[in-house]
Amino acid sequence: MRSLVPLALTVNGEPVETAVAPYKTLLEVLREDLDLTGTKHGCELGECGACAVLLDGKPVLSCLVVGHECDGRAVTTVEGMAGRDGVLHPLQESFADLGGSQCGYCTPGILLTAKRLLDDNPDPTRDQIADALSGNLCRCTGYNQIFEAVEAAAAKMRGR
Amino acid sequence: MTTIGKPRRRVDGRAKVTGQTRFADDLNLPRTVHCKILRSSVPHANIRSIDVARAEKHPGVLLVLTGAHFPIPFGILPVSQDEDPLCRDRVRFVGDPVAAVIATEEATASDALDLIDVDYEILPGRATPLEAYENPAPRIHEYGEEGNVHKRVSFHFGDTDEGFAQADRVFEDVFFFQGNTHLPIEQHATVASPDPDGKLVVWSSTQVPHYLHRALSRALAMPAAHIRVIATPNGGGFGGKTDPFSHEIVVAKAAMVLGRPVKIGLTREEVFYCHRGRHPVLMKFKTGVKNDGSITSMHLKTFIDGGAYGSYGVASTFYTGALQTVTYRIPRYRFEACRMFTNKPPCGPKRGHGTPQPRFGQEVQLDKIAEALGIDPAGLRLKIVEKPDTTTANYMHVTTIGLADCIRSVVRRSDWANRYRRLPHGKGLGLACSSYLSGAGLPIYWNKLPHSGVQLKLDRSGGVTAFCGATEVGQGSDDVLVNIVAHILGIDPFDIRAVTGDTDLTPVDLGSYSSRVTLMMGNAAIQAAERARDLLAQAVSKKLDVPKERLVFADRRVFDTQDPEKGMTFQEAVIAAEEMHGTLGTTGSYTPPRSPAKYKGGGVGPSPAYSYTACVVEVDVDPVTGWIHVPKVWIAHDIGRALNPVLARGQVEGSVYMGLGEALMEEQVFRRLPPRLSHAIVHKIPSILEYKSPTSLDMPEIDTELIEHPDPRGPFGAKEVGQGPLLPIMPAVANAVYDAVGVRIDEVPITPEKIVKALDDKAKGKPGRYGPESFPDIAYPEPMIVPPPWEGGDGHATNDPERKRAAKMAEKTS
Repeated sequence: MRSLVPLALTVNGEPVETAVAPYKTLLEVLREDLDLTGTKHGCELGECGACAVLLDGKPVLSCLVVGHECDGRAVTTVEGMAGRDGVLHPLQESFADLGGSQCGYCTPGILLTAKRLLDDNPDPTRDQIADALSGNLCRCTGYNQIFEAVEAAAAKMRGR
Repeated sequence: MTTIGKPRRRVDGRAKVTGQTRFADDLNLPRTVHCKILRSSVPHANIRSIDVARAEKHPGVLLVLTGAHFPIPFGILPVSQDEDPLCRDRVRFVGDPVAAVIATEEATASDALDLIDVDYEILPGRATPLEAYENPAPRIHEYGEEGNVHKRVSFHFGDTDEGFAQADRVFEDVFFFQGNTHLPIEQHATVASPDPDGKLVVWSSTQVPHYLHRALSRALAMPAAHIRVIATPNGGGFGGKTDPFSHEIVVAKAAMVLGRPVKIGLTREEVFYCHRGRHPVLMKFKTGVKNDGSITSMHLKTFIDGGAYGSYGVASTFYTGALQTVTYRIPRYRFEACRMFTNKPPCGPKRGHGTPQPRFGQEVQLDKIAEALGIDPAGLRLKIVEKPDTTTANYMHVTTIGLADCIRSVVRRSDWANRYRRLPHGKGLGLACSSYLSGAGLPIYWNKLPHSGVQLKLDRSGGVTAFCGATEVGQGSDDVLVNIVAHILGIDPFDIRAVTGDTDLTPVDLGSYSSRVTLMMGNAAIQAAERARDLLAQAVSKKLDVPKERLVFADRRVFDTQDPEKGMTFQEAVIAAEEMHGTLGTTGSYTPPRSPAKYKGGGVGPSPAYSYTACVVEVDVDPVTGWIHVPKVWIAHDIGRALNPVLARGQVEGSVYMGLGEALMEEQVFRRLPPRLSHAIVHKIPSILEYKSPTSLDMPEIDTELIEHPDPRGPFGAKEVGQGPLLPIMPAVANAVYDAVGVRIDEVPITPEKIVKALDDKAKGKPGRYGPESFPDIAYPEPMIVPPPWEGGDGHATNDPERKRAAKMAEKTS
């Protein structure tokens, strides 16, 4: 038998206590144990970037992080991007309005990676955006509308 | 206020950016158990025996299935029912499904796969189409033309020899287009469960719920009425989810046996084995031209690597020659094609389905012709562009054609006149064009039924629900549906709920493939919405005592156009209509117009309307390393009308992206293991890390223009946009490389290694070219003789035995 190990962490600002199989990745813990299916997977080998979440504010590929090693840490998923009042993050608004999301499958990982970029650098150049997102594959958009959506969100966030 | 043609947030935009779009693998039903599939480790073998006893005894294992549980084969085309849900007696490629384990945990099912013992009798494996052609035995399938030839076709549309005799110059070129795969970021996933009544429900990441519905009914020998297929939104498809798949049938069977939900999510490696991607195609173009560039004759031969199964291959074979004639005037055309079975994952329809490969050859050859004749490549194309309202030599009917405007647009924006052939060594521009279907004119199985149906439900709440079998694969089909209905009823798209891709609830739509949804579902939606508007107008007219013809539906109101104050809200109008007519509901349906192509094989290629694209690609090529950088792409697409320009631009630029991937790096390639290690033909790179695709760092700036000349057959004039803009990218890159460093790469992908090889050859005084040297001698069948319209043809083949029989019957009865 694979015995479960206890896990206490903060997910999207809320404390969570659970017990998980020790071999499960953070991706599996989020999707299978916590029902947070907004985080996607495209390879489970760290190749596509679809599973990116923020761990203590930094983007990580959740398929390469062992779940129980996140004990005591803080995870932000796409479900935690909107405010508590339900108001979408400016990145979410701009991605929806400007074609930054087509099938929507790579979108959560890209949104969180872009969020960290804008947290660090409120006025990134196009090259800096492309660099930050270079580990997140998107097969639909051709990336240009994603770049524009990040720029629009950055401008909006600087203006408020 | 209308939303047609206005840039807008798509109706499902919020769901996508909040992670709430429910993809198949996001469904977690109570009591779900998990399925894993054992796949063949050898490329070609007879199965002597399968021993599952140890796997069945493994703790947590609930069920083990093998081919013995699935006596009925399946396949997407009626003529190619050649796949077993689990192989019964033969495996045909590394990755072919052999057995399935269903267990309480996914990890347990995985572990149990190792406990299944398969005894294979190894057969010779065929890695290339030529190997398969030269070795007819053993046959990979017991059907097809002969040996390992799956499908062979031959057509003469006019006397091409006479056309070549009339030409001032005749050009012969051989090209090769390597296979590549869709690589949707979402791995295929399926959940199946008996519903509380005991009927079957299947949720799957499929682009074609209707075809999956039919396949499940057949393979499981269950009435279709007892099966409900729900297509979950696809996390990208690109044609990779348009076949019914073995894993879908396996979990459906398992759910019915176990009486509980069964789920499967494929690994990325398995997605590479499902494949159905771009066929590798070797092709030879022989083209006769006058000195002014006009084409007198064309002869195209293709030799196609089909992989291990039929899939859409018969259609793909025809598609390698169907659309050559719709872009440029070609008065005489001969086309021969041959698709081979090989021991590799099956090829099928990827974005452009069978047409990007010959488009590459055609557009590169045109570039060579232009140079040889001393004509500008853009000017040459402008001279030979096909005319609107024309039926081509092979009886494709062109309604509108905005190709000349597309060419002029990219020429102007790229400053072509001042930059082409004038940039410093290492920098270059290339131009190419293309066309694609706005939906296939025929369904994959013969019937006279509508291709798309839409139902509307309206009630006293003022709410409208639009039902359609179309499938949201990311392209925005739900948005097209509600946008059209909202426009006609004068309400906001957000007021409408779209229910799509559910065989229990929605009328049949054939699916998201062949760029058919906007045109076909759109026309069905117009009909349904106009019928609803008419019911409302009758009631409002009576209530307000205003003639029906004077009523306007806009801004969520219905009012008198001559006295806008006189009116009522949309909800009041619905209530009035419900009072007058009873419960409200309307339907709309769409069937494409009949094609003038009456010859056998003429069912592939016809479409209600064709889109057109032109692009200019700029490249920087390092003459030492061969490294290619693409700084900018200018593209113009004749879309007829853009219903939502945000989405239309996304399709164009996504196509540019995918085309650059195909042009520069993507290839689905195989290698043979050394004899001491089984000699198997294995996928070289079944992972995203090794299957290179462009990242955000590789993307050029894209300057997009949509050319809008409404097509009378499109909804509000709209034509397709999802596939056509991919096609010109690969040849434009090749042509730009030639402009930059003076070598011809007649092969896709165009890699630094190939450029360096061609440059080295050129330096040694050899031709600066990389590509296939020759085309094999293939025995094509007796041709169908189909005289073009201008030679008195009527769309039939004059030597078709079926036609002679029909003529005799007609004689007898008259």
